[in-house]
Amino acid sequence: MEHYNMNLTLKVWRQKNKDDRGQFETYQVKNISSEMSFLEMFDVLNEELIREGRDPITFDHDCREGICGACSMYIDGRPHGPWEANTTCQLHMRAYKDGDTIVVEPWRAKAFPVIKDLMVDRSAFDRIIQAGGYISVNTGNAVDANAMPIEKDKADLAFANAACIGCGACVASCKNSSAMLFLSAKVSHLALLPQGDPERKDRALNMVAQLDKEGFGGCTNTGACEAVCPKEISISNIARLNSEYLRAGLTVDK
Amino acid sequence: MLNSKIPAGPLDNKWTDYKGHCKLVNPANKRHIEIIIVGTGLAGASAAAALGELGYKVKTFCFQDSPRRAHSIAAQGGINAAKNYQNDGDSTFRLFYDTVKGGDYRAREGNVHRLAEVSANIIDQCVAQGVPFAREYGGLLSNRSFGGTQVQRTFYAAGQTGQQLLIGAYQAQERQIALGNVTQYSRHEMLDIVKIDGKARGIIARNLVTGELERHFGHAVLLCTGGYGNVFYLSTNAMGSNVTAAWKAHVKGAFFGNPCYTQIHPTCIPVSGDHQSKLTLMSESLRNDGRIWVPKKQGDSRKASEIPEDERDYYLERRYPAFGNLVPRDVASRAAKERCDAGYGVGTSKQAVYLDYADAIDRYGKIECRKLGINNPDADTIRKQGMAVVKAKYGNLFDMYEKITGENPYEIPMRIYPAVHYTMGGLWVDYELMTTVPGLYCLGEANFSDHGANRLGASALMQGLADGYFVIPYTIGNYLADDIRTKPIPTTDPAFEAAEKEVRERIETLMKIKGKQTVESFHKRLGKIMWDKCGMARNEKGLQEAIVEIQQLRKEFWSDVRIPGDIKEMNPELDKANRVADFIELGELMCKDALNRRESCGGHFREESQTEEGEAMRDDENFQYVAAWEFKAVSNWELHKEELKFEVAKPTQRSYK
Ligand SMILES: Cc1cc2nc3c(=O)[nH]c(=O)nc-3n(C[C@H](O)[C@H](O)[C@H](O)COP(=O)(O)OP(=O)(O)OC[C@H]3O[C@@H](n4cnc5c(N)ncnc54)[C@H](O)[C@@H]3O)c2cc1C
Ligand code: SF4
Ligand code: FES
Repeated sequence: MEHYNMNLTLKVWRQKNKDDRGQFETYQVKNISSEMSFLEMFDVLNEELIREGRDPITFDHDCREGICGACSMYIDGRPHGPWEANTTCQLHMRAYKDGDTIVVEPWRAKAFPVIKDLMVDRSAFDRIIQAGGYISVNTGNAVDANAMPIEKDKADLAFANAACIGCGACVASCKNSSAMLFLSAKVSHLALLPQGDPERKDRALNMVAQLDKEGFGGCTNTGACEAVCPKEISISNIARLNSEYLRAGLTVDK
Repeated sequence: MLNSKIPAGPLDNKWTDYKGHCKLVNPANKRHIEIIIVGTGLAGASAAAALGELGYKVKTFCFQDSPRRAHSIAAQGGINAAKNYQNDGDSTFRLFYDTVKGGDYRAREGNVHRLAEVSANIIDQCVAQGVPFAREYGGLLSNRSFGGTQVQRTFYAAGQTGQQLLIGAYQAQERQIALGNVTQYSRHEMLDIVKIDGKARGIIARNLVTGELERHFGHAVLLCTGGYGNVFYLSTNAMGSNVTAAWKAHVKGAFFGNPCYTQIHPTCIPVSGDHQSKLTLMSESLRNDGRIWVPKKQGDSRKASEIPEDERDYYLERRYPAFGNLVPRDVASRAAKERCDAGYGVGTSKQAVYLDYADAIDRYGKIECRKLGINNPDADTIRKQGMAVVKAKYGNLFDMYEKITGENPYEIPMRIYPAVHYTMGGLWVDYELMTTVPGLYCLGEANFSDHGANRLGASALMQGLADGYFVIPYTIGNYLADDIRTKPIPTTDPAFEAAEKEVRERIETLMKIKGKQTVESFHKRLGKIMWDKCGMARNEKGLQEAIVEIQQLRKEFWSDVRIPGDIKEMNPELDKANRVADFIELGELMCKDALNRRESCGGHFREESQTEEGEAMRDDENFQYVAAWEFKAVSNWELHKEELKFEVAKPTQRSYK
């Protein structure tokens, strides 16, 4: 790989706290190596801001390996930036060239209020899981792990859905701020496995109810979520969720 | 005196016996007992779920925005369990033995045997929760091999095993939250423990969003706060991983066990420049199929593809024919360093070796072609089939490599180099996982317990979940049974007041320094001292220098650090400053411990103590003990020794040849 350095203009959303109105600010960053990650470019900028006595930019991040789901920047109109199947932390500066201008905003959704700058509150996702995103089995109750063979294809599909990192890019990309891709990934993960079967009906109903309570919008199948999902969660899960929901609604008498 | 409380009796009866005789708390009393759990990675989340299910009132804390983001999520390769599903000779005893030997005879036999005993239950529990482990076509669970063993006992979910296990534990914890048994405090950082009458009775935590300090009471406190590899600045740990919780407990009386035992992982993406903020692991599972080599010629700058087979040195296969590429991590890391130091390294920095998949792609390709009945396949077909198999096994790791380096590892061998990965040291705990402070427990990577001087791959996930799901539910009852009459202590108690005041004043002091140097710059400098002088190879002179340099760095930090922003707001620089201040003190203790241990063992390599072939040489006569350090004052510790006894796994010079 050829390496090169570049100078860039950044327009970054600054918002002091959740009550502040917020605005864009423009920064020049110099000598950025194409080998840096996007967040390392922010590290460089922040170090400079601190040295100049200005307030560094706050953003969520932790693993920087694309797996914890913390990082969450809306880059030039797209969650996690230009690369396919990628998280903000795994975006590298070779995606840009000298002289580029990059606009960076937080996730924007009613259910994800801004905490500061690029950091938002995604605790709504935890509450959706609390509504039924689990299998009720107390510790010590389990039978031998090989007692119940599971078709490889099904197990693999369950795994593909369990790979969701809860980042919220799906919500940020959606004009309705719908969280259906996130929810359907969890419902599918559990519905595809025999262990998840006993609670299947309640799970779909309760999790959807919580979703509505949190203020996420409805799904109109625009497919924007699937296109930006870093873990390539398939939109076909939403159809599976809908049928789970219908099935549950028809047969649960409560 | 240190009392490890290992039950008497034969090794394989100890845990059964303990469980049969420990004290219990009845369900009605459990409802009135409050437990604080700091940290919600695998150890903390599993403990929260298990204790919530038992009916205790649990409060959990983490600094991320959700328990699902704990650093455990990043574990890649897998989790061990002595299931013997492969019929290849595995057993509880073998897992025990491999772990004690892998740890270079510096772990407790009793603890390790218990770990091996409960390992099988962990897999059962996780499958019941819906953890989608990899399966074979017959629908049964699949296994792979990890370093330091000759059986296949590692369960995995592609290269995302930690993620799947943590999501399982997280969901179990969220279920207890929904049931009202657990209350979760995210974006909270524990900044001190509160002791009353010598017992741990609560914590002071900072709400990271508002900056407010909070007081929380608990009949007992569990620290499940992970490892401290970030003391080296660059490591494979998540950016936020820190030692603060363990360090505060240490200062308040919890002894620190074997602080110098650090694991340097052999297969990580090499450093590319000064901007680097962290290093990325390439899972050990890659050594199942990948072959490690360097050119036979020094300073060879040809491309990998231009170096013919007979000019390549597969140095692990050459030096260790019995284990080959699957030697334990400490051995593999030192061997890589040896080659690079001797001038055989590759890449622009020459600080890298190749991890090559060409053979594996070819081998799998031929097998696939046979399966598919393709006769006399051409090279392209074999390659295509082989690549598909490798992609299914390691696809996410290969993708990650390509995103970071811009190179395609299916075409060009990966460049790898050792990096700091895991810390075997941690708070000293007894058999019940209690620290030297009564009522204060420590679980998971944060404690020092089960891995001796070197952890085998796929054993940290096992230990974290063993501690949380299957050990603490028993051992904590044994303590709390005597505490059922203790009413919750109001947080207006003077001990809470005093602890909060101390934390507040420390933060105010930090903010008032208003110096010139950033927190990050101090952290980098600390990391460099540690890596150069307390890293993969250590010697007396270097360690002595490091101690002086760190003491100097601490003074500089406390007089010249610059922290922007305010206290009463979200202020990540302040959070980081709190953590780096503790890392600096820890760094000094690590060097002191490394200096004291004038032997080599596992990941701790003292240049003065090696065999003729350059292998680590233990000194059992003088150092067969756990070093447990008691904090006296800044830069002042007292050493306590816990002698290690080996009744079953008799120490020998470790050999993987
Ligand atoms: C890249 C990578 C890959 C790995 N792969 C494997 C593998 O394949 N197999 C294996 O067995 N092991 C592996 N390991 C090791 C293993 O992942 C860890 O040792 C293990 O997950 C640690 O779990 P834990 O629960 O002890 O701590 P963590 O998961 O680190 O959790 C720490 C928790 O403590 C909280 N915390 C910390 N400090 C505070 C504070 N002051 N206040 C409040 N909360 C706090 C954090 O928020 C977090 O919730 C890997 C490690 C790395 C780095
Ligand atoms: S579905 Fe995809 S985009 Fe949505 S939270 Fe999960 S990983 Fe993120
Ligand atoms: S920081 Fe963890 S996914 Fe980006």
